[in-house]
Amino acid sequence: MIRLEKRPQPSQAWTLATPVLAVGATMIAGGILFAVLGADPLVAIRTIFWDPLFNPQFAGFTRPQLLVKAAPLILIAIGLSIGFRAGVWNIGAEGQYIMGAVCGAAAGLALYPSESVLVFPLMILAGALGGWAWAMIPAVLKVRFGTNEILVSLMLVYVAENVLASVSSGLLRNPEGRGFPGSRNFRNWEAAHNAELIPGTGMHWGVVAAFIAVILAYVLMARHIQGFNIRLTGEAPRAARFAGVSPARIVLVCLGTAGLLAGLAGLFEVTGPAGQISIDFNSGYGFTAIIVAFLGRLHPVGILLAGLLMALTYIGGELAQLMLGLPGASIQLFQGMLLFFLLAMDVFTNYRLRLGRAEVA
Amino acid sequence: MLRRTLLTTAALSMAFAPAAFAQDDPVKAGFIYVGPVGDGGWTYEHDQARQAVEGHFGDKVETIYQESVPEGADAERAITQMALSGADIIFTTSFGYMEPTIAVAEKFPDVKFEHATGYKTADNVSTYSARFYEGRAIQGHIAGKMTETNKVGYIASFPIPEVIRGINSAYIHAKKANPDVEFNVVWAYTWFDPAKEADAARALIENGNDVILQHTDSTAPQAAAQEAGNVITFGQASDMEEYAPKPRVSSIIDNWAPYYIDRVQAVIDGTWESQQVWHGIDEGMVEIGQITDAVPEDVKAEALDLKDRIASGDYHPFTGPINRQDGSVWLAEGETADDETLLGMDFYVEGLTGEIPN
Repeated sequence: MIRLEKRPQPSQAWTLATPVLAVGATMIAGGILFAVLGADPLVAIRTIFWDPLFNPQFAGFTRPQLLVKAAPLILIAIGLSIGFRAGVWNIGAEGQYIMGAVCGAAAGLALYPSESVLVFPLMILAGALGGWAWAMIPAVLKVRFGTNEILVSLMLVYVAENVLASVSSGLLRNPEGRGFPGSRNFRNWEAAHNAELIPGTGMHWGVVAAFIAVILAYVLMARHIQGFNIRLTGEAPRAARFAGVSPARIVLVCLGTAGLLAGLAGLFEVTGPAGQISIDFNSGYGFTAIIVAFLGRLHPVGILLAGLLMALTYIGGELAQLMLGLPGASIQLFQGMLLFFLLAMDVFTNYRLRLGRAEVA
Repeated sequence: MLRRTLLTTAALSMAFAPAAFAQDDPVKAGFIYVGPVGDGGWTYEHDQARQAVEGHFGDKVETIYQESVPEGADAERAITQMALSGADIIFTTSFGYMEPTIAVAEKFPDVKFEHATGYKTADNVSTYSARFYEGRAIQGHIAGKMTETNKVGYIASFPIPEVIRGINSAYIHAKKANPDVEFNVVWAYTWFDPAKEADAARALIENGNDVILQHTDSTAPQAAAQEAGNVITFGQASDMEEYAPKPRVSSIIDNWAPYYIDRVQAVIDGTWESQQVWHGIDEGMVEIGQITDAVPEDVKAEALDLKDRIASGDYHPFTGPINRQDGSVWLAEGETADDETLLGMDFYVEGLTGEIPN
């Protein structure tokens, strides 16, 4: 007889082991899936996990692309993880990401074609503020009226998507774009272009910001009293209240930080890799970042690794589609498995397997 | 700053040097799709054409594709990877790939690029599109004749010239067939989202529209119309014949195969040159799917006659007098629209209600 027994404390070892095990299990289940689809499973797994890093034909391009793809995921996930630690469930990072991009781009485009060095910093500021303000809506509603931040932040994603569609075919539309939606291309405007800092490395300001965010989040959560308050609020809300931590303040800080970072991610993306505001500018980073945050165990360093891993499966998945003719949906399934196995494995963090009968107390 | 650009170019050309050697014997044709190959509409037809290329050339050509590529930052990577994998010609089959296509083409001067429905070209970038508005004219005529409530619903995707042209063309011809007709346009802001499209169709049907035109790619509106009963629809991009004879009474079929075969042949022959192509019913890029028996004989005959006149060039779907929505004159009596205006069309014609969202 096998049964699960709750551990008195979550197991430290399992917390660290589960992501690795989940990746392993995903590889096995994914391999079976690819085999059923008629591809060699070993080749498929190698294409996804190895080729983006070491294939001589692609790696020169895909290695820097890992940073480009991972940076927004990490930046957003860091913000989310702080809230998740405190039990503040911001599901709407996608909306904050969009609004950051829209506000930042709007601030820049208002100054077009200025070549002032202040344009880009101003855009960064506007982008951060845009994301922050969008996150403040669920925050204030929660603090003031007790609304559920999960629902409000999620619904605001759809509002943001419509704002994006509207500005890309209206307010921010490129006047030289023959009536097609989409803003000016920031790559053609030096002052506002988030170019690679060192050519060929993928390193742009968003990547730098992501690394800084990882370090600051680490310091905050491990060393700072505010980080302690955040963790306390999540783990023992009553104790936190007795200790004089204001729950309202925690909500505002957590959502505000997440919105700010998501907004920054959006701004760096729109001025760099994406190049322009367009109707389809957002591509789900805000949602994928939720997976990254949990895959990284809500720990800054874990998130850094998880973001890179996620980017690897994206780019490797694209290569697998391209080289092996695997359907796009199978790649998404493969990525979904990763979260599925992680959550499944997490059972062992909180429970242990027991063989034999339950002892009678 | 110029120096940085130069350095970038140098670094890239070094990084991409192996790609040049990767071009081996069979010509490799790559396709970037915006939807899944099984969407039953736009992407499905592009993929049919890809298979036609394979069938036509056999071993001489290898094709690769990537489906469901988002139109944002991911597109540039997908196209670059395709070029790195040794593709000689790459078809990017959605408007949103325009900027990424141009950007990648700069880095791979030896690879040919074909971008669908855009307007930016380069030495190694061609554009191609179909005059779907010709097919819309025929749909509009049938819609005007067949509506009993005089209300025609239109599921539009994005407010871009191609979509606006379609609405205008359908409306002008519906109005000619039935002066009382009224168009209700819903903007779905998607090319492919069955749930959203079905919702839009149901809402339009509930509001009394008994003809549904769609400029989105899934068959969901067809299913919604079938469910509702007395509603007719038209297949979009693909024939969608599984919904014939009713609700689907006809369709616009995009036939890319001849063009793709032609362009791949040009790469093989070494005669490929950058061009801008806009083909219609005449060249076979736009096909009108069979008009079913649900359409009365006389209406069917008129529709086919209209098709013949468009194909032969006797008739242009945008022939004056046509005013803009605000009442100002666009085309005088007998005047036909020039391609330049059509390609950038951002206004409704007179009689359409509502506004183009912006």
